[in-house]
Amino acid sequence: MSKEHESGMSVIVKTITRLTVGLIFLFGIYILVHGHVSPGGGFAGGVIIALSFVHLMLAYGKEVSFKKLPRAVVHFFESFGALMFLGIALLGFTSGYFFINFISKGQPFKLFSAGIIPLCNIAISLKVGAGLFAIFLALVLLKFEAEKRK
Amino acid sequence: MVDLYLLLIFMIIGAVIAVEVEDLLSAVVCVGTVGLALSMIFLILKAPDLAITQIVVEILCLIILIRATLKKDLPFSTSGRWLLNTGITVGFIGIFLYVASQALKELPAFGHPLMKVSETYLTDAVKQTGATNIVASIILDYRAYDTLGEATVLFTAVIGILAVVRRIGRKKQGEIIKEEDE
Repeated sequence: MSKEHESGMSVIVKTITRLTVGLIFLFGIYILVHGHVSPGGGFAGGVIIALSFVHLMLAYGKEVSFKKLPRAVVHFFESFGALMFLGIALLGFTSGYFFINFISKGQPFKLFSAGIIPLCNIAISLKVGAGLFAIFLALVLLKFEAEKRK
Repeated sequence: MVDLYLLLIFMIIGAVIAVEVEDLLSAVVCVGTVGLALSMIFLILKAPDLAITQIVVEILCLIILIRATLKKDLPFSTSGRWLLNTGITVGFIGIFLYVASQALKELPAFGHPLMKVSETYLTDAVKQTGATNIVASIILDYRAYDTLGEATVLFTAVIGILAVVRRIGRKKQGEIIKEEDE
């Protein structure tokens, strides 16, 4: 199992992954940026983005996945998302109180509307996606370490 | 209403099979069916946001469970004081059922919600926040403190998991570990 994982799965799985992983990533971004217009939002979009990287890692092995998204970048994005969310909340003090919607609301049903809500969605998705991918990495790598030690 | 009950029965059957089956992979798949049925229930109850989140998180949890538990033989202990354990379990189930039956009497009837707070959201949310998805306007504008707390919980959980399972903390003496497989 361990060796199979190092070199990835079969050719069929790799080809299908190559065709679909970009679409999954794009769908995650769509769900995320339309979170204030249609169902979805930051949490679901972030998880779908994390799933696209999980998909890549399951099919191609961890080397390819780390080349696309190194461990340090994952940890950076996780902290950056949390700080960005808190920063948006603190920026509300410039025009009133914590978490005030200080950007102009815009027109409903437009992509650029609703003030800080899309920005919050982006922050949450960065946080959630990077965090869940980090959990996946930690658990899977722990398992392979345990197998190697046997 | 009938489809709701059918899905609930399906969920209960899936959960019971997940507990009873011997094979670990089959148990994980049964847990997955429970989550799928739950997301369909959310769709029937007109909550597409929750349905999307539920099915996506369910897929991720399933992959993590399969990758983390497959081919790992966990010890299954059936010996011990099963009479005492079963008695305590049945007693607590009885207590919880009684309390729940008392509490559920006070709730409004199914499909007839109290519209004291939510009426304001439904009428004013689009005007006040500009977001047409009212769920997003509630979790990120009216109730943004809750979301901040939830984000903190997730952040703490990730940090906790990384701290517990990282490898660099438990090297033996004299063992050299490269930075990349930390």
